[in-house]
Amino acid sequence: MTLHSTEFSQKIRDPDQPLLKVEGLTKRYGPRIGCLDVSFDLYPGEVLGIVGESGSGKSTLLSCLAGHQRADLGRIAYDGRDVLGMSETERRRLGRTDWAFVHQNPRDGLRMGVSAGGNVGERLMAVGARHYGDIRDKAQDWLGRVEIASDRIDDRPSAFSGGMQQRLQIARNLVTGPRLVFMDEPTGGLDVSVQARLLDLLRGLVRDLGLSVIIVTHDLAVVRLLAHRLMVMKSGRVVEQGLTDQVLDDPQHAYTQLLVSSVLQV
Amino acid sequence: MTDYNFAYLDEQTKRMIRRAILKGIAVPGYQVPFASREMPMPYGWGTGGVQVTAACLVPEDKLKVIDQGADDTTNAVSIRRFFQRTANVAVTEATEEATVIQTRHRIPETPLTEGQILVYQVPIPEPLRFLEPRETETRKMHELEEYGLMHVKLYEDIARHGQIATSYAYPVKVEGRYVMDPSPIPKFDNPKLGQNPAIQLFGAGREQRIYALPPYTEVVSLDFDDHPFQPSKAAHDCDLCGAKDSYLDEVITDDAGGRMFVCSDTDFCAGRRAKGHTGRLGEAA
Repeated sequence: MTLHSTEFSQKIRDPDQPLLKVEGLTKRYGPRIGCLDVSFDLYPGEVLGIVGESGSGKSTLLSCLAGHQRADLGRIAYDGRDVLGMSETERRRLGRTDWAFVHQNPRDGLRMGVSAGGNVGERLMAVGARHYGDIRDKAQDWLGRVEIASDRIDDRPSAFSGGMQQRLQIARNLVTGPRLVFMDEPTGGLDVSVQARLLDLLRGLVRDLGLSVIIVTHDLAVVRLLAHRLMVMKSGRVVEQGLTDQVLDDPQHAYTQLLVSSVLQV
Repeated sequence: MTDYNFAYLDEQTKRMIRRAILKGIAVPGYQVPFASREMPMPYGWGTGGVQVTAACLVPEDKLKVIDQGADDTTNAVSIRRFFQRTANVAVTEATEEATVIQTRHRIPETPLTEGQILVYQVPIPEPLRFLEPRETETRKMHELEEYGLMHVKLYEDIARHGQIATSYAYPVKVEGRYVMDPSPIPKFDNPKLGQNPAIQLFGAGREQRIYALPPYTEVVSLDFDDHPFQPSKAAHDCDLCGAKDSYLDEVITDDAGGRMFVCSDTDFCAGRRAKGHTGRLGEAA
């Protein structure tokens, strides 16, 4: 198995077909609702924002989509393939080739005891790369793209600042050229100037690589900058969805109106 | 002698261990869980190996026990005496004569033959343990053949030291399927694991795992295309027997920087000296 023979990336991309099609996705925690009857389509190159208060089911939805948790009901089709019906081997392969997951806390997504280069190289080695020089070159290239100095390649992430760790996590996820990226509060816990740079970087990467992104956040500024479309969740249900600017400028649902008006104006 | 059942363990326990061994041989490199017993020695002294040896021994066997290649060190002597007392089997120091060899961290220099059983003492059977602490996760990784992480360790070695610095317990892939920890043998011994005519059994007492390599199994040491696996040894000849191709121990001989290199396999070294080979400091036997 070589890097280039991964079957997923070989498919011809049809921009008119949704990359991800979700129908009636439901997850319950016993009697409580995680998320209820969520449906949406995500097209190639599209960025979908999911906003809502804490406990509204955003993260549950994301982890069900990414296969970290098993949904109780519903269907997920990725590129025409039924994700929930896949064997675990296939799903995990998808998870390290075609998909990427950026955690809120970089410590969850990085190996803290392994150097930055090893962190970026892990996904390459996981899909069969066995040439040290090539792996290192590619790691070097990706560190450059996320603005980490090349002389930090052998440092461990524990020696990095929070913003650098988050950028390293992004490099580690994007190195295998995924088509769909899940992001859970990628800017949470960073100060505003670092947030701004990270958002700038993300926007550039998303545009250059034509990524499809599902981004969960409670920061409306993040979705305003990044997302094309927006889904507003409350108590596990989607209460409103539409184009980002439309939802934020002309909110219809009472909860969305509350959310938009709660943003602090500086 | 009559105070003990043959080879210390009761028959039902030996039966349970034999089932684990057979399963291990049927699935080379797969770690089979077994109900490890308390043995009259501390964990880390070879409780896993001793249980596997006890399950394999028959009264006609000739047992050899080595510790880091030597027949005369504490661990080897006490385990050998243990089986002399509890099983009353014949013992030997000669590799060719032995039918069962229990070893701690070496493979004898003398090539093994069909019909011999080599039993390894294993401290930590899980090759991925120090990279991934969760047992649930490592089992899943074995199940799904997700071994990319093993190469991350080798990558880190090269990034930090310029070469693969792992020199013992060097990970191997068995029959193109399971990644296995060959116990802390020096990587010099790794090439002897594959296509070996003898049965190789691995017992980890504290971790309660048995795994095995049946005769003539394909065993490949992991590496990178541009940093191939290299077995290594001290760049010297044995000072006693003059052997050029055996694994050597470095022995400090005085406070003035004096040192000598001797074969770690004492039986091999003594055999060569008996045939008249001598090294730099050796005297003809």
